[in-house]
Amino acid sequence: MKFAILVNEGPYTHQASDTAYHFAKAALAGGHEIFRVFFYHDGVHNATRLAAPPQDERRVTERWTQLAAEHGVDLVVCVAAAQRRGVVDAGEQKRHGMDANNIAGGFRISGLGQLIESGVRADRLVAFG
Amino acid sequence: MLHVVNKSPFEKDSLTTCMRLSRPGSHVLLIEDGVYAALGGGAFAARVRESMAARKFYALGADLAARGLGESDLIDGISVIGYDGFVELAASCSAVQSWV
Amino acid sequence: MSKAQNTGAVKKFLYINRRAPHGSNYAQEGLEMAMVGAAFEQEVAIAFIDDGVFQLKRGQNPAGAGLKNFTAAFGALGDHDIRDIFVERESLEARGLRAEDLLQLVFEDENGKRAEKSAVQIVGGDELAEIIARQDVLLNF
Repeated sequence: MKFAILVNEGPYTHQASDTAYHFAKAALAGGHEIFRVFFYHDGVHNATRLAAPPQDERRVTERWTQLAAEHGVDLVVCVAAAQRRGVVDAGEQKRHGMDANNIAGGFRISGLGQLIESGVRADRLVAFG
Repeated sequence: MLHVVNKSPFEKDSLTTCMRLSRPGSHVLLIEDGVYAALGGGAFAARVRESMAARKFYALGADLAARGLGESDLIDGISVIGYDGFVELAASCSAVQSWV
Repeated sequence: MSKAQNTGAVKKFLYINRRAPHGSNYAQEGLEMAMVGAAFEQEVAIAFIDDGVFQLKRGQNPAGAGLKNFTAAFGALGDHDIRDIFVERESLEARGLRAEDLLQLVFEDENGKRAEKSAVQIVGGDELAEIIARQDVLLNF
């Protein structure tokens, strides 16, 4: 079965991103497909590569990046939500004349249409917030 | 349909709204702080038991363990499942509604 | 995916709003998503439940708090062909609100006449439970 996942909260403050990750891992282990993970609201903060959590804590962003690398999971960050909150890729950096970008590997920034498409094309959309 | 509740009933009305707006025959999964709704001795236990007459309730084991809760603390009849069980519930139900 | 790329499958999308406006950004970004979602030739409806009913309160003026009056955009839902806007009666009554306290949202009827039909339907919990159970995709804000 094809799942799509929506993450609406940032890492560390809320458990939503952790639960979404464990759900995704379990789905892949169970032979299912993850069509896309979409990050909205404060969920866009999952995509910053500049977080440096203490050594003995989980590394939320790295886990997502690894999931994308190992399983080809499409990680999409909402552009409007990202612009508001300062999550930037090279394209956005250039477009806004910013001095840096911070998006982590495996993530890409795109529009809300990517979430709607997930709802249309996946068999189930599961939201975490 | 699978209804997912991730907020403590003592913090937000997600559980009561879920029970009001889920049809008989629905599946209700308690995750994250939502697992506190499963406490047998809690103030919501009577309402959950009443709702369970027409709905199947589950709680995520990892979230119970994280909070120092075990099966003996729970309302009788609530099934403890893992993330794999969550996935299979989501797959077998027609859609998933998250009462965030 | 634009309309031209649509795969042909039509699904029922329900946007559920359960949070009050202004105190958090969920309401504003939820509305933005519903507007985008309406362009995808899917069946789109919106529901206001619990504190979400406060989003439709008339006379909101958040300028003094330095916030954007995004609720003005609710008036454009009809232009996006969103015709089903459900408000749960129990949530409304619990907050001491009546239908006349809410924004008037309209859509064009089949003859293209505006301001003829109200898009807001106040429904009881039992009916809303049936509506929720019929959905394919549920997005919560």
